[in-house]
Amino acid sequence: MSKKMQTKTDTNRKKMAVTVCLTIVSVIYVMPLLMVLMNSFKNNRYIKTEAFSLPTGDMFVGMGNYIKGMTFGNYPFMKSVAFSLIITIVSTFLILLCTSMAAWYVARVNSLFCKICYYLFVFSMVVPFQMVMYTLSKTADSLDLNTPFTIPIIYLGFGAGLASFMFVGFVKSLPLEIEEAAAIDGCGPLRTFFLVVLPMLKPTMISVGILEIMWIWNDYLLPYLVLDRKKYMTIPIHIQYLQGSYGSVDLGAIMALIVVSIIPIIVFYMSCQKYIIKGVAAGAVKG
Amino acid sequence: MKENNKLDVKVTNSSMVTRPIRRCFPIFLLPTFAAFFIGFIYPFLKGIYLSFCKFVTTSNATFIGFDNYIKAFNDASFRHAFGYTALYAVVSLVLINLIAFLLAYLLTQGLKGTNIFRTVFFMPNLIGGIVLGYIWSMIFNGILSRYNTSILLETKYGFWGLVVLMCWQQIGYMMIIYIAGLQSVPGDLMEAAVIDGASRWQTLIHVTLPNVMPSITICMFLSLTNGFKLFDQNLALTGGQPFKFMADGTQIRTTEMLALNIYNTFYGQAASAKGVAQAKAVLFFILVAAISLIQLKATKSKEVQQ
Repeated sequence: MSKKMQTKTDTNRKKMAVTVCLTIVSVIYVMPLLMVLMNSFKNNRYIKTEAFSLPTGDMFVGMGNYIKGMTFGNYPFMKSVAFSLIITIVSTFLILLCTSMAAWYVARVNSLFCKICYYLFVFSMVVPFQMVMYTLSKTADSLDLNTPFTIPIIYLGFGAGLASFMFVGFVKSLPLEIEEAAAIDGCGPLRTFFLVVLPMLKPTMISVGILEIMWIWNDYLLPYLVLDRKKYMTIPIHIQYLQGSYGSVDLGAIMALIVVSIIPIIVFYMSCQKYIIKGVAAGAVKG
Repeated sequence: MKENNKLDVKVTNSSMVTRPIRRCFPIFLLPTFAAFFIGFIYPFLKGIYLSFCKFVTTSNATFIGFDNYIKAFNDASFRHAFGYTALYAVVSLVLINLIAFLLAYLLTQGLKGTNIFRTVFFMPNLIGGIVLGYIWSMIFNGILSRYNTSILLETKYGFWGLVVLMCWQQIGYMMIIYIAGLQSVPGDLMEAAVIDGASRWQTLIHVTLPNVMPSITICMFLSLTNGFKLFDQNLALTGGQPFKFMADGTQIRTTEMLALNIYNTFYGQAASAKGVAQAKAVLFFILVAAISLIQLKATKSKEVQQ
């Protein structure tokens, strides 16, 4: 009996030790973000030499970096944020709507053309962006798809592979009987899709939506090559542009902008964390 | 007879659903297919064609055969980028998967606060590559400035900096996949091992590991392809610096990876190098596609074994 007690406290102690270790690792994990936050309140001159000290006394500049960052480099940062938001929301919406419809068609009709489409979708998932980047940006230019309002079509085209693949896999697992019942009740294909199939696709919708949002919001190269850069920037392009185009970079302002650009991500993560982790895992296993 | 009847009903029923859909092709499939054609099929085919051409703009290309490929193979910077990328991919694969598996193993032991840990470890994965690069270049320069150097001055700093950065970003992601794998190991198998007197270590090696093999394969290949395709982080952290000048006047960007090398060949150097860049891109595609094919084979054969 006492021996059993002994081992029990032993495992408890071990568990405590592991928890403490993990806590330390987590703190180290969060450190980089805390450092960015800390340095965003620090005078530019001290960031390089005193990156690890708290912004006290002379170093502290209050919101100065934020004010400077917003108007830095003759392009207002808020404009980039707005374009990032527009591109992400419109593209994700377009991808979810169009590829789910296409996937239903491909899964249900299953003609030769549909099979070819399906294999092309799968094939496109293994093609790295560098393979098509030059020709894609030229094509987009010649078709006038180089604005934030038309670039979602490019995103739909390049992102169709993974999204359709995930949707087709899910549609194939849905029982056909429900759609047959709808057809008997007099539903045309459009009503069958929007009233019967779409509600059933919800879990996959969430997974695909999250994957697309994360991809498009953080994407740098595609919008950089496709968009008309004098008029339109997104957040990653803006940050890269500030860092790359000035001899002496204002690190303070950049840290402030990084904080501003991370906040929406953290809010998004905290509000739908469960779905994000699930969606990402689903995408990984299938892709 | 009955059997036959049933079959008949099934056929009419499914065509009852299929036939009206088929007529709706312009609404359902056409938009996606048109965008897919513009965004993928046409650029892909044109890219393959252009890799055999000499061109400045896409409209005035002249066919020159395999010249571009020969030039790409003879390009010292491309060969260096390949070696550097392969080394990086292998090192990061080992480190990321080891640490991610360890964390996943610890987090499936029923500890308190597991959810918080999981949330924290996964978070960096949501931050974009460019932003990540600048966060870490600030940190590394903060450390290295005490020794009067910088991440841009030494190849080895750039290499290990990138490894640390990618570990920070990817460990949480792989950990999630490993957790899913570990949770699907049947509990009675573990119990049987304990009853048979297996130690914790023996259980891990002989019971847990074989059962999470599918997750391990997925994570290995994911981190391998991620490593080869890496671009944003590479560009933002070092951008290829430091440069090394060769005897023949060319320069090698010592921390430049494959994707960045292709990008720099396209947009950095002389306009006449675009054909070579496209040839490099095709080679890059073949490499990544080959890794994916091997992965497909590996996962398929695992499925057969189970």
